[in-house]
Amino acid sequence: MRIAKPNTCFWQGSKACAEGAITAGCRFFAGYPITPASEIAEHMARRLPQVGGIAIQMEDEMASIGAIIGASWAGTKAMTATSGPGFSLMQEFIGYAFMTETPCVIVNAQRAGPSTGQATKCGQGDVMQSRWGTHGDYSAIVLSPNSVQEMFTLTVRAFNLAEKYRTPVILLSDETITHMREQITVPSVNNVEIVNRRKPRRGEKAFFGLEEIPPMPAVGEGFNVAVTGSTHDEYGIRFTADPLVHIKLVKRLNSKIRNNSNEISDFEEYNIEDCQIGVISYGCTSRAIYEAVEKAESKGVKTGYIRLKTIWPFPGNVVRKMVENANKIIVPELNLGQIRYEVEKASNGLAKVIPLNKIGGGELITPEELLATILKEAKTND
Amino acid sequence: MLNRIEVRISGLGGQGVVLAGQILGKAAVYAGKNVVQTQSYGAEARGSAARSEVIISDGKIGFPIVRKCDILIAMSQEAVEKNVGDLKEGGLLLIDSTTIKSAPEIGGRTFQIPATKTSEKVFKEKLYTNIIMLGALIKITKIVDGKFVEKAIRSTLSEKVATINIKAYRKGTKLV
Repeated sequence: MRIAKPNTCFWQGSKACAEGAITAGCRFFAGYPITPASEIAEHMARRLPQVGGIAIQMEDEMASIGAIIGASWAGTKAMTATSGPGFSLMQEFIGYAFMTETPCVIVNAQRAGPSTGQATKCGQGDVMQSRWGTHGDYSAIVLSPNSVQEMFTLTVRAFNLAEKYRTPVILLSDETITHMREQITVPSVNNVEIVNRRKPRRGEKAFFGLEEIPPMPAVGEGFNVAVTGSTHDEYGIRFTADPLVHIKLVKRLNSKIRNNSNEISDFEEYNIEDCQIGVISYGCTSRAIYEAVEKAESKGVKTGYIRLKTIWPFPGNVVRKMVENANKIIVPELNLGQIRYEVEKASNGLAKVIPLNKIGGGELITPEELLATILKEAKTND
Repeated sequence: MLNRIEVRISGLGGQGVVLAGQILGKAAVYAGKNVVQTQSYGAEARGSAARSEVIISDGKIGFPIVRKCDILIAMSQEAVEKNVGDLKEGGLLLIDSTTIKSAPEIGGRTFQIPATKTSEKVFKEKLYTNIIMLGALIKITKIVDGKFVEKAIRSTLSEKVATINIKAYRKGTKLV
């Protein structure tokens, strides 16, 4: 058994994530068990040895992300998977991976926090953490799947973006999408676009600059490489006081993501140019929009939605397009309100942003609750 | 109107409610249906309330959680009391009559299946209660062809375990 055969399968989200990673070329996994991400580790532990890879259970989450950063520098595509408490522990190393331009994938299957919270229950409270969790000026790429199919395709995409932009990429899933089972069409590996990091030519020395996305050698390939989280120049030499070196490095690291945000950002949209009420959602919460919007339309309310597949970079452009017509935007989230602020910023006062929030017990926002909010907001003019 | 059936299997952690849902879901996929299966359980390995839900549909499934179910399978007293309110009017209730001593009065049909007792009698342990209940469900409702259920059991469990579970499944079909 090697790469999963093309077929229609009934898989758990965690399995689709693991198989997506293997299809993308991931051959190293390090993790520490935590609900609801343990099944990803379990599946990687079973499958990676079958494809010539390695899976390790580390002593904690810090060691796990440290190990995948090391594996990436050894030339291997690598992934870890965790949930809120483990994701908090990983923040320092996410910054290190960003600063050292190390491609890797970090899966966070969100549960209800803060702290241990409700370990087996769904939540979406880590949205801002996934963007701003580590310290310093940085830019994050964060993807948000809403089906078992997307646990596969967006994991592949996470690897492709990590390799292309030489940066850590976060797959921000949640308990519901990670644990649920659904049918999935597994593509033939030949039909999957796979991006690999650009390697240096012989004699090249600049692995941290000169170009927007520099080539990346692997340890043992004969290049002299110094990898450091301290500020460094194009050749990896530390400059811990020189402002110009710091400005040049940190600006490039951010601009390589910000300048390409249109290419990175991905979303599903419906009727955004002709709606009175807009809905913007992501992950498990977005599973309620289809039924709610259909019923709202059948009651004569012009409704549209944007479903984010990338949360960061946030696709402000499409929100600006939506508010040209919509006068209200509802933002359902399984937290006390996070992406709503981003929507408010993008809509720039042209639409009223209405948060619809729920936390605790893993209970999702139902289509009925969303529909009731849509109908109420359609009736009131304020 | 497209055909859509929503099933909730409820019980205690350790009773295999998730596995029963997984097998039912897989069988329905083999039968060409759209399926979503979700689960909810406590932080404890065993003993706290657990449930598994399966939505089987000819159409696209958006919201993955069962709000009102057509069929409720209950395997503990607590489970039946907590979930019977979510059963649709005229819905079908299947209870394990070994573990549930007082079945609530409902508008629809109730089937009492001595699943735990049968499992202990036939297999010397109560491990197969979940699959016996599944067998009864398939016999009563025919929501999927039995051959797909057996195929799902075989493709989910190891050969040895699958053989016993298929026996348990067939036993379940004979209890109603």
